[in-house]
Amino acid sequence: MTALVNPGLAAELARSDEFNADACMNCGVCSAICPMGVDVEVRKLFRYVLLGMEDKVKAETESVFSCLLCKMCEENCPAGVHIAENVRTLRHHIVRSRFGLGEG
Amino acid sequence: MPLDTGDVIGILGDNLRLRKSVLPLPAEVATKWTEGLGLPRGGETVLYTGMMYQLIPYIEGLVKAVTDMGDSWMGKYTGLGRKVNRFINVSAFMARPSAEERAVYDQVPINVVHLLRKAEVKFGALFEDDLYSGALAYDLGLDEVVVDHAKKVFAAFKKHGVKTVITIDPHTTTMLRSVYPKILKGYDIEVKSYLEVLAEKGFGSNGHSAKLLSGEVVMHDSCVFARYEGVVDEPRELLAAAGVTIRDPEYTGRQTWCCGGPVESLYPAKAAANAEKRVAQLLAAAPDAVTMCPMCFVNLSNAAGSTMRFKDISQYLREAYAS
Repeated sequence: MTALVNPGLAAELARSDEFNADACMNCGVCSAICPMGVDVEVRKLFRYVLLGMEDKVKAETESVFSCLLCKMCEENCPAGVHIAENVRTLRHHIVRSRFGLGEG
Repeated sequence: MPLDTGDVIGILGDNLRLRKSVLPLPAEVATKWTEGLGLPRGGETVLYTGMMYQLIPYIEGLVKAVTDMGDSWMGKYTGLGRKVNRFINVSAFMARPSAEERAVYDQVPINVVHLLRKAEVKFGALFEDDLYSGALAYDLGLDEVVVDHAKKVFAAFKKHGVKTVITIDPHTTTMLRSVYPKILKGYDIEVKSYLEVLAEKGFGSNGHSAKLLSGEVVMHDSCVFARYEGVVDEPRELLAAAGVTIRDPEYTGRQTWCCGGPVESLYPAKAAANAEKRVAQLLAAAPDAVTMCPMCFVNLSNAAGSTMRFKDISQYLREAYAS
């Protein structure tokens, strides 16, 4: 199995100081408490970003857009990860790079 | 036809860019609630709907219109073609809620007008310049489209001499209060929800007499109010002082459980499944529920059917404080 890696992906996504996928310690509280259950596993998405696995992120489009942005995970995250804004940042990336949308 | 997430998001973005709303409404519909209220145009303080309550019956109308066509309402809408939508407002043909359906949602800003007047707040309205905030497009990552739209909203505030905006729903509140300052240079508008304004004015304490209501209700906190904007205590204080017994469900306050509404435009089956879970939690506490967001109201009402009764908090507050 091979994967195309973009080592600059996390830096490209970090448009502001709010993007902090690297603060995730993969503890799983977010997955345990998410109202959407297994449909959304943000810690896996953040791991793909940190590893530069851009294709994997794009392949998870439904997962990225199934997030409610309700911040239940963020409220309970022990690492202070800005989960909702991180997910929104992934959406912005997908909207532009996969769907060719987003120009004003 | 399978759902195409990109086309759905494209249509929502096109609508916001071309028609100033993700689901454009005729101006006379968006401003219907102002009729007969004698609201001044503009001024330093305005009540701002962001069209949220007015939009809900149109979204519902669209859902009904495409029920037989498959899974997602926006997916079916997409089937008519994003290209066609750029030239023709497709939603105007598909979503035709009745006057009675629209009146249910128009009643909320009307309630708020009476409450603010009871609190002796001086305010106006922006009528056709009361634009959608761009909340859904922002959530979907259409940042550039939202920045352009936010400039139009800010320009409308400036045009009418607005310094303070009083909002009704949580999504408009967080866009105008927490998002716009991050994406617009020089944005200097003070934003408060009417619940915060009423609490500040002494409603909910001993500052204003209330007609005491009876009964108990289960509180469904909005995720956006509770976790994005920290509005948790105000609705409780206002209702409690009105004599309503408040029951809390399993997940409540800052730990509230989402209604599912935010994903309805893309994945309605997931939204409905989540709403059903929330209804079960609420029903375990009481059969009458209070909401403070139009998306929560419609999603939970639809999921509950006849098993529960939902009322917007403004309805209780008007009965208690401004009837």
